[in-house]
Amino acid sequence: MKPPRFHYHDPKTVPEVVGLLKTLPNARMLAGGQSLMPMLNMRLVLPDHLIDLNRVEGLAYIRETGGALEIGAMTRQRELEFSEIVRELCPMMHEAILQVGHRQTRNRGTLGGSLCQLDPSAELVAVAAALDATVAVAGPKGKREIPFSEFPKTYMTPAIEPDELLTGVRFPLWAKNHGHAFVEFARRHGDFAIVSAAALLEEDGGGKIKRASVTLGGVAAAPVRVRELEKAIMGHVASDALFREACEVCRKIEAMQDVHAPSSYRQHLAAVLSRRALEKAHARIGGGRG
Amino acid sequence: MAESRNITVTVNGKRHEQQVQVRLTLADFLRQQLGLTGTHLGCEHGVCGACTVLLDGNSTRSCLMLAVQAHGHEVATVEGLAPGPDALHPLQEAFRDNHGLQCGFCTPGILMTLVEFLRDNPNPTEQEVRVAISGNLCRCTGYQGIVAAALDAAKRLQTGKGPSA
Amino acid sequence: MNAAVFGTRVDRLEDPQLLRGMGRFVDDIRFPGMLEAAFVRSPHGHAAIRSLDKRAALALPRVHAVLAREDLLPHLRNERLVVGLPSSSYKQDLNRPALAIGEVVYVGEPVAIVVAEDRYIAEDAAALVEVDYDPLPAVADCRAALAPGAPVVHRGAPHNLLAEFRMGYGDADAAFAKAAHVFRESLWQHRGGSHSIECRGAVASYDAIDDRLTLWSSTQMPHQAMRQLCDMLGRDENQVRVVTPDVGGGFGPKLVFYPEDVVTALAAMIVGRPVKWIEDRREHFVASTQERDQYWEVEIAVDREARILGIRGSIIHDHGAYTARGVNLPHNSAETVPLQYEVPAYSMNVKVVLTNKIPVTPVRGAGHPQGTFAMERLLDRVARELKIDRAEVRRRNLIPASKMPYTTQLKARGGMAVVLDSGDYPKCQEDALARGGWTDFPARQAAARKAGRYIGIGMANFCKGTGRGPFESVTVRIGPSGRVHVYSGAAAMGQSTRTMLAQIVAGQLGGDMGNVSVTTGDTAAIALGIGGSNSRQTVMAGSSAHVAAVKVREKALQIAGHVLEASAQDLEIDGDQVHVKGAPGMKVSLAKIARTVAGTAGYSLPGGIAPGLEATEHMVIDDMTHANGTAVVEVEVDVETGAVELRKFVVVHDCGRIVHPTIVDGQIIGGTAHGIGNALFEWMGFDENAQPVTTTFADYLLVTATEMPHIEVAHHESPSPLNPLGVKGVGECGVIPVAAAVVSAVEDALSPFGVHIAQTPIFPAQIVAMIERAHR
Repeated sequence: MKPPRFHYHDPKTVPEVVGLLKTLPNARMLAGGQSLMPMLNMRLVLPDHLIDLNRVEGLAYIRETGGALEIGAMTRQRELEFSEIVRELCPMMHEAILQVGHRQTRNRGTLGGSLCQLDPSAELVAVAAALDATVAVAGPKGKREIPFSEFPKTYMTPAIEPDELLTGVRFPLWAKNHGHAFVEFARRHGDFAIVSAAALLEEDGGGKIKRASVTLGGVAAAPVRVRELEKAIMGHVASDALFREACEVCRKIEAMQDVHAPSSYRQHLAAVLSRRALEKAHARIGGGRG
Repeated sequence: MAESRNITVTVNGKRHEQQVQVRLTLADFLRQQLGLTGTHLGCEHGVCGACTVLLDGNSTRSCLMLAVQAHGHEVATVEGLAPGPDALHPLQEAFRDNHGLQCGFCTPGILMTLVEFLRDNPNPTEQEVRVAISGNLCRCTGYQGIVAAALDAAKRLQTGKGPSA
Repeated sequence: MNAAVFGTRVDRLEDPQLLRGMGRFVDDIRFPGMLEAAFVRSPHGHAAIRSLDKRAALALPRVHAVLAREDLLPHLRNERLVVGLPSSSYKQDLNRPALAIGEVVYVGEPVAIVVAEDRYIAEDAAALVEVDYDPLPAVADCRAALAPGAPVVHRGAPHNLLAEFRMGYGDADAAFAKAAHVFRESLWQHRGGSHSIECRGAVASYDAIDDRLTLWSSTQMPHQAMRQLCDMLGRDENQVRVVTPDVGGGFGPKLVFYPEDVVTALAAMIVGRPVKWIEDRREHFVASTQERDQYWEVEIAVDREARILGIRGSIIHDHGAYTARGVNLPHNSAETVPLQYEVPAYSMNVKVVLTNKIPVTPVRGAGHPQGTFAMERLLDRVARELKIDRAEVRRRNLIPASKMPYTTQLKARGGMAVVLDSGDYPKCQEDALARGGWTDFPARQAAARKAGRYIGIGMANFCKGTGRGPFESVTVRIGPSGRVHVYSGAAAMGQSTRTMLAQIVAGQLGGDMGNVSVTTGDTAAIALGIGGSNSRQTVMAGSSAHVAAVKVREKALQIAGHVLEASAQDLEIDGDQVHVKGAPGMKVSLAKIARTVAGTAGYSLPGGIAPGLEATEHMVIDDMTHANGTAVVEVEVDVETGAVELRKFVVVHDCGRIVHPTIVDGQIIGGTAHGIGNALFEWMGFDENAQPVTTTFADYLLVTATEMPHIEVAHHESPSPLNPLGVKGVGECGVIPVAAAVVSAVEDALSPFGVHIAQTPIFPAQIVAMIERAHR
């Protein structure tokens, strides 16, 4: 299981990358390598050119700007895990990242790499959908932003052009002490989620849910924002019965089938995990411990 | 002719200047070009952890890196753990004393994983150890001896017996 | 015997090198001028080969050879690997060819070998070899393979039944006819592959001056490999040497002799340079043998007191496309069912069936887990139906210690009667139940259910013949250095063989493990050998080592007696010195003793003593000595997700006298982990075209540290009467009861839902489906 032949490029700046993407046919970008290298070793991809992003400057950062968290595409998952800013401002991302793979994979894996790979089971992809993130992309025609809801084009294919590079992601923040939870069902610790559920909640002064985000990962090719479920709980006081009933709608989501799980099981897990995520998120509103 | 690059890598404290083919993995570079065969290949798709080395102190699956990516970086492998031919690192001693290895094939990867872990978590619980090695597969031991060895090593390192991680 | 060594926790000989990363595994071996190989393998479950075009592959720079079947034929006396263990039940002889002969019958079957300067280039070239295949219908299911009109796995074969046999005794039908109760189970049992962390590998080198071929191979059976090479290549034993270096786990499939082994050897001879082939993980999934499916229909007849009157049934066993070992695996399964219980009548019909998949050969446990699972499920069923405690049903049927040795009516594969030589099964069970908290559990379970939690407890007994005969070779020699050298045909694959041999020998010869060197796995070091399988090494090699060491000890003391002018019984060996008891200053070194009997031209040896200070033993023990144990498991099932958490795991085990307690614990715990994998995680999947669908570690799940509970191990020691050390094997024992105990526990946890589990492995999705069905 050795990689096939390719030409290797290690650009140092984003314009260099864009220039290479524009001119090189059949090129793949190498970020953390935790997804691409296995595919190369198994010769499932045969690029003529490999563009290594690991020496490109300015793509690794975590900063808070105007009510959002801006994270560079080449920020290692390890940095996300140990970041105090992330833990404080976006606790759901922190909870999710602890379930992403293993220490060795997080040491190299990147945010941008995970988002561009768009594995249906990837936790960070679900987090981006849950938070209505915006993806920043650079190309020969300049920069543009893509709302995450439009980012997945088809199965494991993002809506970016072959000559474009993802440079960063913007995660709008929720109110302080919002309720958050990221729960997943995996066969073993660190495995990709068979199904994951991300829940975010805010309540008004009267204890009614005023903002809700529920996202299912692993069920379909792209994360599913369960808008019907969000609508069903908005304006109501949270309760186990409310959540249980509202989450039943998840059983109707069209679900994938593979060696790990039949679609009916994924639908079942969707209903169960979305409820558990909402219960946990609700318990954490106001700084409670879920 | 296959494309190659000149790289400079420090491995176990020693500087190497080598020419490598660009598609050569870091694992194969260590094993074949530097003759450091302690790092093993078990799956070549990033799951088993047998190939784990430290890259600038961070545990890394060397089968998922190209040698060219290590240019300018520091790599630590199992061969660099023992302070000398007549002494073992406390982690190695703990593995010996707790039957933390049987066939020894997964062992170098687990040792390097634990070097990083114990450096960052000097006083771990058993569950924390299990999570720390959950990215390393062992088919022989059932992990119990490895966990015991890791906890024993933590104690040895804390009391300062032998070199620190 | 020096008690300080036998039975104590000495440091392992293997550890210093392995800990430093200084082991020598087959992929660590390199020679100047060595080339590397990759195989072209069938992508089809079944196809005819119309043509093979090597030109594009050969045109690639730094490719040295592309060899297909016709290139090998001039160098092969026999083209086929004739390896099957003898059995009168074969209906067909289907032996693997070195390289495919006009037809491929499983995905992964080797078709050609590419030899190049490195593996990267070899893989480039292998992708360029153009093979024109004509796909044929592939048989993917061993039950469907038996249906009339089913496609045949091999074009020329009359049908897909490789072998059929019946194992039984007594009148089962009569027992069933008059039974108070009869219960039937239909079971699906699946086990997967070895997945040792080191895959297979071979390095071949031909020395034209010595006319000797040397093969370094990650094999569990180097002498067997040597004999196979001799047969196939038409060479004599002194012209072929097989060396097993450090092996990163074997677990069964590495005992098989493979096409890749002989083809790599031929490539080295044809190309005239050393050739290395290392199996990668993707190959291991399709090119290394594995276990797979068994379908059981089995019934138990009991009286009103739940005492067994008879068991009968049938097994359909998936054999794969060729015979790579024999029918031993399903034979073991059938033999294990009644083994440790009193079963007056038994009849099991076994069909060994071909499929278009990689051949099936034993993986750690070797068919015994399946027989155990069937029996333990039947006993659980009896308990549930008759509303008797599961442990009590077993108590009423276990063979008691008072009846040992117990001659069963079963026959081992070599024809000898299966005799349970020793062991106290009820005592083992009681101990395990006590440690597992069996009697308190119902109260805890009831309390948990009130809190909406579903916990369960399960148990399983097992018994296994270990120490498969007929012998293992050991030479013990003291050389002029005074160092003790041990050579054995035993194989080491991580289970501490060298330490075991050193402990036993050191126990007779000075007690200093540091003065003992052990060489295993080298056909040039010792002429005969069998190797590692069937949990046999401690029993067989250990016994030969002991007898040889005793002989060398006696001779050493006799010679020392001459030198020191003392009686042999007043002497003892301490380290590398022999001295008078109580007078350490009156001593002579082992070195001097060895030199004394090495001989000097023209001078007689003292006291008419025979030359040399060595002994070679092949102690023959045909009967297997039986280890046994009981596992008790506590689980919690998340009924919403189907997740199973193992909360407590107890194993009480009896492997006779223990040579090294920690090593034995390690074997049990390692085997338990494998068993947990078989119960809950490992499934080697194929689709309806016999295409493997689980081909990476992302799809095929091995347990990691976080899935393992703490395993509590306790030991009983019923010394074996069959060998001088009183030892029994342990290597496979940990696996055997696990699936049965875990499934028993999960079923117990889900008893409010009336769930009945008739398979292993069992997955969360299936558990959820079972609960939903029960609701409706």
